[in-house]
Amino acid sequence: MKKTYYNPEDLKKFSAITEWNEALGEKFFEYYASVFKEGHLTAREKSLIALAVSHVVHCPYCIDAYTKDGLEKGIEKEEMMEAVHVGAAIKSGAVLVHGVQMMNRHDQLSM
Amino acid sequence: MATKSLKARQNALSNTQRQLDILSSGLFQDGTLPTFEEKIKAHQLDAILPKTLQILQINLGYMCNQVCAHCHVDAGPDRKEMMLDQTLEDCLSVMRNNSIETVDLTGGAPEMHPKFRWFVEQIRAQTTVKEIIVRSNLTIIMANKKYHDLPIFFAKHKVHVVSSLPFYKRNKTDRQRGSGVFDQSIKALLKLNEVGYGKVHSSLELDLVYNPAGAFLPGDQQSLENDFKIALKEDFDIDFNQLFTITNLPISRFLDYLIVSENYEEYMHTLVDAFNPLAAENVMCTNTLSVSWEGYLYDCDFNQMLELKVDSDHQHIRDFNLNALEKRKIHLSQHCYGCTAGAGSSCQGSIA
Repeated sequence: MKKTYYNPEDLKKFSAITEWNEALGEKFFEYYASVFKEGHLTAREKSLIALAVSHVVHCPYCIDAYTKDGLEKGIEKEEMMEAVHVGAAIKSGAVLVHGVQMMNRHDQLSM
Repeated sequence: MATKSLKARQNALSNTQRQLDILSSGLFQDGTLPTFEEKIKAHQLDAILPKTLQILQINLGYMCNQVCAHCHVDAGPDRKEMMLDQTLEDCLSVMRNNSIETVDLTGGAPEMHPKFRWFVEQIRAQTTVKEIIVRSNLTIIMANKKYHDLPIFFAKHKVHVVSSLPFYKRNKTDRQRGSGVFDQSIKALLKLNEVGYGKVHSSLELDLVYNPAGAFLPGDQQSLENDFKIALKEDFDIDFNQLFTITNLPISRFLDYLIVSENYEEYMHTLVDAFNPLAAENVMCTNTLSVSWEGYLYDCDFNQMLELKVDSDHQHIRDFNLNALEKRKIHLSQHCYGCTAGAGSSCQGSIA
């Protein structure tokens, strides 16, 4: 058994998930490929969104993949970091907005 | 950033056999990745064979005013190799006696060859070659007074200028090609525009070449061309025709960079995973021959740098025999994955 949960080599084996459920695996990869095609958003914009989300969901595979994807698309490091901050702001905002629930509960229980 | 060639630094990778050994061992020897020939067979593609020869790419020498980090030629100011007069004459003779559409002049900086201008003039005067390409690094135009009028010379002889510009911003360009290269390149592009290069309704073609500044593949050629066009127009009022995206092949200085930065294995996985059978059918070695400064013939510029001479009894330009050369077997190794990855790569950009 490996001593870490994450292994960079596993990213290369991502497509192997179809081996244990071909129908669902193929549907997923087809959907995934469609999502990232140029549409109302450019492929460049989608790559930056993916990078931000990768950080928010703490996916090291996705961070590796979308940093490289951004480089390939000519996205600059400053743009990448701004995208990460967008993700961080939403994540921290989501934590802090629960502070209102805490305040409500506090006031409800307090004399 | 290094200021000397691998050869001048006596780096082990200046030995081409060492490079070939690396490309055939490790991942490819233990079966982790298929060799290029195995991949071709697995996709049931016919062997990569020569088609009609269209392009004669002539390397005038390895001297260059720049020492770029990714350079597959290992060119630089310390490289003194230059094509001899007799070899230039032999090239002209081949152009006169064979139907060759395009002559592609490269280096090093081809403009630094003392007979460069004479050679271009003779190609126009003595042959029916339709297109002369010069692969210019741009900064040579600004490097010395004697080169300042190159744009006028190019225009006079209707030379198709293909210029390297790794990115439309200073930082990435200078990181790959050396400090100050971006500013000098912009000045040179403005000079080319001044004489009509890259302008709408002008027949003077100016194309740019984009190489990724690191261990990753180039993105979509059309999207990057749009980005380059918008940025160069808005920031500097520069026009150009097309952008060619070229994948860095794992040889010479780029191979050294991959190994030193511990990116070699991942990069080879990237190239192999992105293998595109459509690109494999259109690789440039099928319609191009590369001539070295010494006059030897190669399947492509990369094979020239790996010293893999054509598999033929006619290995030198003075013994040129088109029929025999079109029947040769092309040398393949794992560096060939660089031309077949993604949308493919050639000296004319993507191919699939």
